[in-house]
Amino acid sequence: MSASAPARPSRPVVAFIALGLLAAVVLLDSLRSPAVDLFAAPPPIALGSGVAPGGAHCSGG
Amino acid sequence: MLWNRTGLVLFALALAIFAFLTAGVRAGLLVLVGLGFGLVLEGMRFGFAGPWRMIVTDRDGRGLIAQFLAIGLTAAAAFPLLAAAPDELFGAHAPVGLAMIAGAFVFGATMQLVMGCGSGTLVNAGSGNLVGLVALVGFIGGSFLGTLHLGWWTGLGALPVITFQGLWGADAGLWITLALLAALGAVVALRAAPGKRMPPRRLWIAAALIAALALANLVIAGQPWGIVYGLGLWGAKLAEAGGADVAATAFWSVPGNAERLGASILTDVTSLTNIGLLAGAFIAMRWKVDPGAQTTNLTAASWIAVLMAALVMGYSARLAFGCNVGAFFSGISTGSLHGWVWLVAAFGGSYMGIRMRPILLRPAAPAAERVPA
Repeated sequence: MSASAPARPSRPVVAFIALGLLAAVVLLDSLRSPAVDLFAAPPPIALGSGVAPGGAHCSGG
Repeated sequence: MLWNRTGLVLFALALAIFAFLTAGVRAGLLVLVGLGFGLVLEGMRFGFAGPWRMIVTDRDGRGLIAQFLAIGLTAAAAFPLLAAAPDELFGAHAPVGLAMIAGAFVFGATMQLVMGCGSGTLVNAGSGNLVGLVALVGFIGGSFLGTLHLGWWTGLGALPVITFQGLWGADAGLWITLALLAALGAVVALRAAPGKRMPPRRLWIAAALIAALALANLVIAGQPWGIVYGLGLWGAKLAEAGGADVAATAFWSVPGNAERLGASILTDVTSLTNIGLLAGAFIAMRWKVDPGAQTTNLTAASWIAVLMAALVMGYSARLAFGCNVGAFFSGISTGSLHGWVWLVAAFGGSYMGIRMRPILLRPAAPAAERVPA
């Protein structure tokens, strides 16, 4: 006898769960991290701003 | 349908406006870039892991050639931009090392087991693929765990950072990059079966759009498109919320990383584009009249294998200094030697992962075949 396979949720249901988890991460972070100081926010476009980028990238150690 | 699509457009705008109001203009723009990535990747079915599998299993080289095209188009503009603004923009440059090569190999194998690479996992989860959702959870955990041991792994041996610009200058480096991409495309075309060589119009357009979005990412953020850093940061934030002293670890005490850890994720470039990418994939899926069927159901053991593979995939991506996006796409298109080495190692791993798929991923018995109790 094969094991009973539970019914799978539809794609929209799974997608809403993914969005919900994402929203939960953002919400949790907003509760624990200081609010962004918009006056200290980086220039809209890095190119031509004269400001060095932050450096947080996958290629960084 | 009209109301549904109107709602989706409003959702996209609301997301960008939310980022704009809470984290500034740049954050809003980067969410829009991420939305674009998600729309193109899901809506136009431009992928990374799938074409790497198709060239092996079906001798179908169309998707892989489209990838080389997108990377070449990006490089054609990224090399001059990086040369013109070295103080404002930086490339995805990382050292080649033993752990980097091993990490890329393992990443290649595991991405075939979870049926998606770095960007593919986000796209799959956002578009309602159950395997993608499970994989995303493991990927976040693995990306974070990889940061805890990165120093030890890189200590096993690594070369200095080597770039094509550094070896040959920006102009010659670009031409060599384009020549290598063209040569690889020719090899793939020779390997591919007749009728499976020339990408269809859809993939040409998608490749051009991906290149345009990648360049927008570079110009707006000052850094190339990436995935893994943001997911590792989310894992670190969750671990901190759970009581772990993440800030005391070597990786997260480095000034740039410590700043990201202590600030809102809405100030982190890769987090913003990841959020947009997942939402964009969701919009592309909901935009269709038929969202498509759910993936094949798996046995319980196979679901555990997917979760474990995703955990290892995230961990190995951290060791490899990026996934298919941060290392392969952005590394090569901005001149890093590690991007090319990543490609070779990950392709070898991908070949092994394709062989492991039928062993580790077993479909559950369909309901009709079950014996009633």
